[in-house]
Amino acid sequence: MQDKIHTSYKQLEQRSKYTNMFLRWFLYLVLILFALYFIFPLYVMIVTSLKTMEEIRQGTLLTWPSGLNFDSWAVAWGGRGYGAGDTFLKPYFWNSIKMVVPAVFFSTFIGAMTGYVLTKWRFKGDQWVFLFLLFGCFIPFQAILLPMARTLGVLGISNSVIGLVLVHTVYGIPFTTLFFRNYYISVPTELVKAARIDGAGFFKIFFKILLPISAPIIVVTVIWQFTQIWNDFLFGSTFSFGEAAPIQVALNNMVLSSTSVKEYNVDMASAIIAGVPTLIVYVLAGKYFIRGLTSGAVKG
Amino acid sequence: MFKWLEKNLPKIVMAPAVGLIGWFVYGFVLWTLYISFTNSKILPKYELWGVGQYVKLWGSRKWLIAVDNLLIFTALFLIFCVVIGIILAIFLDQKIRAEGVLRTIYLYPMALSFIVTGTAWKWILNPTLGIQKMFIDWGFENFTFDWLVNREMAIYTIVIAGVWQSAGFVMALFLAGLRSVEDEIVKAAKIDGANLFTVYWKILLPMMRPVFFTSFVILVHISIKSYDLIVALTQGGPGISTTMPALYMTQTAFHKSQVGLSAASAMMMFMAVAAVIIPYLYSELRRENAR
Repeated sequence: MQDKIHTSYKQLEQRSKYTNMFLRWFLYLVLILFALYFIFPLYVMIVTSLKTMEEIRQGTLLTWPSGLNFDSWAVAWGGRGYGAGDTFLKPYFWNSIKMVVPAVFFSTFIGAMTGYVLTKWRFKGDQWVFLFLLFGCFIPFQAILLPMARTLGVLGISNSVIGLVLVHTVYGIPFTTLFFRNYYISVPTELVKAARIDGAGFFKIFFKILLPISAPIIVVTVIWQFTQIWNDFLFGSTFSFGEAAPIQVALNNMVLSSTSVKEYNVDMASAIIAGVPTLIVYVLAGKYFIRGLTSGAVKG
Repeated sequence: MFKWLEKNLPKIVMAPAVGLIGWFVYGFVLWTLYISFTNSKILPKYELWGVGQYVKLWGSRKWLIAVDNLLIFTALFLIFCVVIGIILAIFLDQKIRAEGVLRTIYLYPMALSFIVTGTAWKWILNPTLGIQKMFIDWGFENFTFDWLVNREMAIYTIVIAGVWQSAGFVMALFLAGLRSVEDEIVKAAKIDGANLFTVYWKILLPMMRPVFFTSFVILVHISIKSYDLIVALTQGGPGISTTMPALYMTQTAFHKSQVGLSAASAMMMFMAVAAVIIPYLYSELRRENAR
């Protein structure tokens, strides 16, 4: 009797082991299939950019290129060397850099300051001020495009990199404030109180106590702002054209220009060039990128 | 004087941010609201004209198509992103080997701009050399996939690209949510004889209510603002079949120079977003205060 129970239990265990193994395989299969689905467009972009147009017409999306042929990359980056109608990304890439660096710096700095005040120098109604700023994360920018266009015109900075720096700084503040406020709120206020009793002032406390422990949130904020501003198209296409355009606008113009035969390899090379900076940041600092995503939790 | 400065320093430091947001967000929205009640064409006019622009807007076939597309897109975008996101999150939560690599793969589209990914999808979906040709070359001679140039189906190509871009994001939210649940709860349920399916279906997913809510708000918000992806993929075409409100707004403002009408459409978008966001912010803040 005892023996019988023992064997049937063993059988049961055996069986559940098999179902478990089957489930595990199924799990991995599904995960890998999804991974292929997510990788597919990137793979297609890369191989297409390395093919010649002849190869593109002969093969399919998946066919491997015959060799490492970076010609279309060179064309995408530096053009073909003839004058009119030759658009290429190099100048616009620099426009984007000139736009991103100051905009990220200013918006991060302002966000750090407001986050600091909202958590460590609390005043009556500070909750409402926070809400007031936070709502800015969500507004559809269409509701501010028309007055912004006029304002930039009045200030004489429409169609310029400076104008875009202003726009991105302002509309980044709600996000950067959110990041820093949520980070500083977990820093014990006793630390600040003690420093205040010791006679340390507003800025001294910030630079001596909070800033040294802010590295993680600065990284999160900088990555978030960099990605958002680099990838922006709405502001770039509305407030700039021609020479002052950032790279996403230039990419779109290049792809849409229907002057000659469609060159998909050049299109794909251009798209990769426009995407590579944010992709590199993502691969190197994915952890911080995800933290920004899940705490900012908005992509505008 | 110095005393006053010292006492009010925090507020002075706050002032630029509050001032900038007050002016550039709230002031500008109010300006747009005002203009939507005027008969502004190329240049803004300031005499009030009543609700004429809104009447015109809701009588416009293009706007109705845009709203229709928005509803279709939002519904499908939500369903697919949430379903795929949850499946990936739950599967990744099973102590998977190479979890980090897989997670990186699922989420990388979020690091790219819609213009970059739209360009890629446009190439993949184009009927002459893209997916269609791939299948024909593989021997499926009658295979057709022309959604991108098909009036009826083009909107679904935007869904495909949009879901591909954002599903990983929902996965990240749910994975973070699942990881924050105490192990004890799952262990206790397993001891009580619940299998893995029951644990998720009956215990963990119901606990994820706030994550569902957050995902819903963010995805709806993304879809109302959808602009770049449409520009890169279809430019609203074929014809006007894939127009969406954001595209309608910029086209009416900057190509058709109907400032009043475009302001009205912008305000409709604003109200749609506000209807979703204000309850969300309210509940988030209440949760925080309750803590």
